[in-house]
Amino acid sequence: MNMLVAVFRELTGLFIDDGSLALAILGVVLLAALVVSVMPSVPMAGGGVLLFGCLGVLVVNVLGASQR
Amino acid sequence: MTWTAAAPAISAAFLGSLVEAVEALTILLAVATVRGWRPAGLGALAGLLLLVLIVLLLGPLLDLVPLHLLQLAIGVLLLLFGMRWLRKAILRSAGVMPLHDEAMAFAAETAELREQARRHEVRLDWLAALASFKAVLLEGLEVVFIVIAVSAGRGLLVPASAGALAACLLVAGAGFVVHRPLARVPENALKFAVGVMLSAFGMFWTGEGFGVTWPGADLAIVAFAPLFLAVGLAAVVLARRGPSPEAVP
Repeated sequence: MNMLVAVFRELTGLFIDDGSLALAILGVVLLAALVVSVMPSVPMAGGGVLLFGCLGVLVVNVLGASQR
Repeated sequence: MTWTAAAPAISAAFLGSLVEAVEALTILLAVATVRGWRPAGLGALAGLLLLVLIVLLLGPLLDLVPLHLLQLAIGVLLLLFGMRWLRKAILRSAGVMPLHDEAMAFAAETAELREQARRHEVRLDWLAALASFKAVLLEGLEVVFIVIAVSAGRGLLVPASAGALAACLLVAGAGFVVHRPLARVPENALKFAVGVMLSAFGMFWTGEGFGVTWPGADLAIVAFAPLFLAVGLAAVVLARRGPSPEAVP
């Protein structure tokens, strides 16, 4: 049982280490999906939101962690 | 299959697997040092067999998932996985987080096994084999994820698997020769590179899953990678503070 819990924790930990980073990435993904569905004639708009949103999230998260 | 599409997938699979294999080797060596190669080898073999079973059972199921859904799911998971590695590598490069040290990880694992030996003398072989099994299974699952994620839906499973296998054989060979943890492998630089590549793949797949048509198709991955690298390096400079903290296992 302990082994299963450890495996589950390890599997979750593959994708979620810092919860705020994971949440922010998912937020950007949802926003990009929304932009794509609202502006289907400009598909690159969603791509831009996704790309620059993720890069922004990374920088903000790293700076936040460095100041803690 | 073109090299522009295959090279990033093979490189990401090779480098990612190199990092995971080094970590698994450290634990195997600790087990072998405390209890000998028999439980270490048996545990590793059992872990490998379970991995093969998981791949054989789950692999064909991926073909049943609609392509866009698969791209989206794998893309988001890759973004989470890749950016997590990149964040950690940035913070370690900037001296905010301590560097990972294989020699210290080996010492910690050995000490833990010796402590277990003191408490559970009778079951030690079983515990040693279990530690080895767990290391191979967990690090192996990461390798499997990386290989599937960078190759899914593009017919690159074989070349990406070959890249991962080459990394595992290289680490196993090096471990067999030196019989010590591979502490001199530049783990953080590798994690930085793999984080950049997996984030680039994740960006591409997530966008494709939404129906975004990236300029240059597959070549967009090659453009995303330097962008993540440049932002990552800039973030290191912005976050940098004083000398690096002590290394951790």
